[in-house]
Amino acid sequence: MKRQNIDKTVRSGFLLVALFSIVALSLIIIFLFLEGIPILEHVSLKEFLFGQYWYPTDDPADFGILPLILGSIYVTVISGMIAIPLGVMTAIYLAQIAPATVSQIVKPIVELLASMPSVVIGFFGMVVVAPFIQQLFNIPVGLNMFNASLMLAFMAVPTICSISEDAVFSVPTALKEASLALGATHFETLVRVIVPASLSGICTAIILGLSRAVGETMVVLMAAGGAAMIPTSIFDPVRPLPASIAAEMAEAPFRSEHYHALFAIGIVLFVFTFLFNLLADHISYKFRQVGEASL
Amino acid sequence: MNRWIKSILILVFGLFCVASSQVFAGELVIKGSTTVLPIAQMAAETFMAENPDVKISLSGGGSGNGIKAIIDGTAQIGNASRFIKQKEVSLAVTKGVYPVPFRIALDAIVPVVNPKNSVTDLTTAQLKDIYLGKIKDWKDVGGTPGKIVVISRDSSSGTFGVWQELVMLEDRVVPSALTVPSNGGIVQAVANTPGAIGYVGLGYLNKEIKAIKVNGVTGTEETTLNGSFPISRGLFMFTQGWPEGETMDFINYIFSKKGQELVRKAGSIPVFGF
Repeated sequence: MKRQNIDKTVRSGFLLVALFSIVALSLIIIFLFLEGIPILEHVSLKEFLFGQYWYPTDDPADFGILPLILGSIYVTVISGMIAIPLGVMTAIYLAQIAPATVSQIVKPIVELLASMPSVVIGFFGMVVVAPFIQQLFNIPVGLNMFNASLMLAFMAVPTICSISEDAVFSVPTALKEASLALGATHFETLVRVIVPASLSGICTAIILGLSRAVGETMVVLMAAGGAAMIPTSIFDPVRPLPASIAAEMAEAPFRSEHYHALFAIGIVLFVFTFLFNLLADHISYKFRQVGEASL
Repeated sequence: MNRWIKSILILVFGLFCVASSQVFAGELVIKGSTTVLPIAQMAAETFMAENPDVKISLSGGGSGNGIKAIIDGTAQIGNASRFIKQKEVSLAVTKGVYPVPFRIALDAIVPVVNPKNSVTDLTTAQLKDIYLGKIKDWKDVGGTPGKIVVISRDSSSGTFGVWQELVMLEDRVVPSALTVPSNGGIVQAVANTPGAIGYVGLGYLNKEIKAIKVNGVTGTEETTLNGSFPISRGLFMFTQGWPEGETMDFINYIFSKKGQELVRKAGSIPVFGF
């Protein structure tokens, strides 16, 4: 074989490999829409997205997913309120303040948390955390929005922490030294120089962490309580979107209304995570640090 | 050379005949309810071990599909956790099929509460009101005051189906009810939650939870068999016409002492107490 031909073969071979994931993704999306759209023959889009009752197996059935959407949003927001400060502050500590020996020990442990299977975290939430918070807050039931958010925060912290740690760590030393040389304290340097300089990385980290929380299934299935109601307190049980799909898909008759409704929920979930990723992409592009002068 | 090919062909043909006759001799297809599936599965395994020439293929799909399979003739036995509906009987008759029911087991669903709860007895009307969200506090049904935490099963579960039919009388369970994906999950949640009420199959009762009497009747095998426990149902196997051959053997096997022991092992109530 000629050299040129080898070169061409290798190039097209790699192109095929690169195309593979794109093809797989588009096939999944096509399938998702093909199976989800037919639900609109039975309910209007407005009834589906804003209906308040989810009784998919009744006759006549109700396919309103507003309680499920709100469940997902609330759980994600609360877990963000817990995970963002924890993750970002840990990252700043590890990258800028901690002595090398401490960060060498702490960082792998935080990353180990990311490798914890979600079913283990869900089980922990169901068996250990549920009775604990039920007694602590003296509430009727421990399987609720707060419990699920706490467990999701556990899962989001490692993602947020390790990506923002990289961002904070990669702030040029010259910036830090310049700030200190001008008489700023260590704290002022952190807040006014280092955090703004690494903001795009931190935002990307937060969004990727939260998009993991939105799509997480096992934890919300086991710890959120699974009630398809619009929550009025953080101690109400909820039924986020992925939990509904996971709990009901196995028994939904093939190509029935219920089956199509579950795929339509999948589309909604896909739109959510897609928007999250788009936002992450946009922020990392818009606030990217070019050189040292733009601060 | 020609002779060689001929003899090989004959040999292959012969082997094929033997093999195919073995496959087709006793092929038994069973479809339907997932509630009956564990019983059918255990029975099929031991039955095939005793009768190596019979091959049983099993699948779920729900009671409706089981009965449909009998009518269409795609299965010899259709499992159902309910009796056949009038609509299905009419359909069968128009297709010239006469479905024969065999009640192979019984199943009772028992309401359960946390052992700390003082309530011991509820009526079906009270149970319905609790699950409708009309009764919200234990003091309204004679217990110590405290919010009732209603725990239900996912709408796709067979246990939920029976509860929906026999207790809710087809009305809807309140949206704020927690849903749990399994009988074991109900036990876990009720054991951990002092104000909880849930319902499980009879086989899942244990010390961590307290069974509630319904209309004054305790849910046991005995009260289910004599019909006094209100939340129970029959588990059925339907055949197309009166069964023959392997189908008859299999049905007989389920009704044998061994078969009924398997029924108990699968968590249901045997119809015969040997």
